[in-house]
Amino acid sequence: MFKFIGRRVAQSVIVLFVIITVTFFMVRFAPGDPFSAERKMPEHIKQSLMAHYGLDQPLLVQYGRYLGNLLKGDLGPSFTGTRSVNQILAAAFPVSLELGGWALLIALGIGLPVGIVAAVFRNTLADYIPMSMAMVGICLPTFVLGPILALVFGVWLGWFNVSGWFMPLDRVLPATTIGLVYAAVIARITRGGMLEVLSQDFIRTAQAKGVPFPRIIVVHTLKGGLLPVVSFLGPALAGIISGSFVVETIFQIPGMGREFVNSAFNRDYTLVLGTVILYAALITAANLLVDVVQVVLNPRLRFEDS
Amino acid sequence: MDLKNPRLSPSAQRLPAPAVDLDAIESGASLWQDAWHRLRKNHLAVGSLWVLAFMALFCFVGPLLSPYDYFATDLEKTLLTPSRQHWFGTDDLGRDQLTRVMTGGRVSLGVGLIATAVSLLIGVVYGATAAYVGGKADAVMMRVVDVLYALPFTIFVILLMTLFERSIVLLFVVIGAVEWLTMARIVRGQVLSIKKQEFVEAAVSLGYTTRRIILRHIIPNVLGVVAVYATLTVPAVILLESFLSFLGLGVQPPMPSWGSLIKLGADNIQLYPHLLIIPAFFFSLTLFSLNFLGDGLRDALDPKSSKD
Repeated sequence: MFKFIGRRVAQSVIVLFVIITVTFFMVRFAPGDPFSAERKMPEHIKQSLMAHYGLDQPLLVQYGRYLGNLLKGDLGPSFTGTRSVNQILAAAFPVSLELGGWALLIALGIGLPVGIVAAVFRNTLADYIPMSMAMVGICLPTFVLGPILALVFGVWLGWFNVSGWFMPLDRVLPATTIGLVYAAVIARITRGGMLEVLSQDFIRTAQAKGVPFPRIIVVHTLKGGLLPVVSFLGPALAGIISGSFVVETIFQIPGMGREFVNSAFNRDYTLVLGTVILYAALITAANLLVDVVQVVLNPRLRFEDS
Repeated sequence: MDLKNPRLSPSAQRLPAPAVDLDAIESGASLWQDAWHRLRKNHLAVGSLWVLAFMALFCFVGPLLSPYDYFATDLEKTLLTPSRQHWFGTDDLGRDQLTRVMTGGRVSLGVGLIATAVSLLIGVVYGATAAYVGGKADAVMMRVVDVLYALPFTIFVILLMTLFERSIVLLFVVIGAVEWLTMARIVRGQVLSIKKQEFVEAAVSLGYTTRRIILRHIIPNVLGVVAVYATLTVPAVILLESFLSFLGLGVQPPMPSWGSLIKLGADNIQLYPHLLIIPAFFFSLTLFSLNFLGDGLRDALDPKSSKD
């Protein structure tokens, strides 16, 4: 078990390192620099700016220095504005985290019950209707669902603000936009997992013994039936985190997604790197966590890839 | 009655004419004919096929019939609501919205088809080679796929599209780079199971080259799975392209795409909801149809994998 966790942690560190390196050099090899964006500045000022930020050093030296600072938790200064990258991310990250948290809550809160009910009442209306709606939900991307929700509930019904992130109610539309899409996927996965378990022999044995049906579902089916959902949570977390780009654009939310897109446009090297590293760390950590939880829940996996 | 083998029961031929074409059975239905029969019984998939046929006509022939050009601005007629001259109204620069929706569809569908083809080619060749060669090479090739899989691709795609000169070629490269990974995995799994079968052993013992065996004997046998997955890749690619265009990182103006049209609508929902509703409708309808068709194809080509 510890060997497995150790190996997965090592793998995650390697992936993170690859991401940091690839991003660092990709940003540098792209045409343009942070000071070429707006009006042209005199050459000597630009030179001294480059020297101030250490951009005149050989690329490998810059890379080494960046990694050194990164180990100390310092993401460097931002090239646009006066705040450091750490400060910018410290302001933007909680917003995205809150949005993602609500979205995940909505996704699980709708997806799990719907999937379980659909599996229990298989091939009845309680199965067909929610499952065809889930199919629709899976096909609809956030950038279609978001504006449509804003149109119906913001403009026509006037229940919520169309954009902004000020009042508690402003959380509803963006979080629902992200949450609904994942609720649909989770409902389908839950239904599939439950049906798989329900068709097994030990369930029939339990029925033959006269165990009441609700008890069969709660005690015997849920643990195994929800396993596929756990393994989906890794990709789902990654998707929810990166899905926030679009939703933050639609609803004008001051989160990480907006900082990321803007910084890439501005060639703000350190801010780009900082956001990518934070995103990558989150996604890698989520995947790692899910892998470990899966092995804990399903001991058979422990022997699989040795 | 055992329809698959009518020769075994001579009495079968004397029965009243069955609804099935006996000649076709005698000559042996191929996998594809079989699949086509099953697909035709799936109303949802057939409906989707019709919708897609209409969509193809609408997007590829439509712009030729339209009296307007998708790039022709008319600043005196901006943001009109639908009327007899402009069925879908006009956009913020006075361009005919119907023409733009049709042209945008052409871009989205075109990118979807071409990028899917590119990612298929890479994925199939890569996956088939890894599985067929096996051993260390396979391990290394699949490790590469694993590492790439772990990368947050949305982030890299956005990064690439912002940092470099945006062009439609880069768009294809970027989308192809994302989509071939799953294909490679699926094909590898299929090839591993086919590789053990006798006809491959026969080809090996006849002394054929590895290249010939992969291209002529193995790839044709994984085509069914590939076809299903390709149908499901097209909507994924269209989605990615529209996602990028929505963020302003995909197809560049004045060329429209469904993603950029939806973005324009999303920016104007307060006053001009039709700018959102119309492109969103065409976009979603196409995605639904492609997904339903993909599901139908999967059930048709591989009835065992059907969901329940």
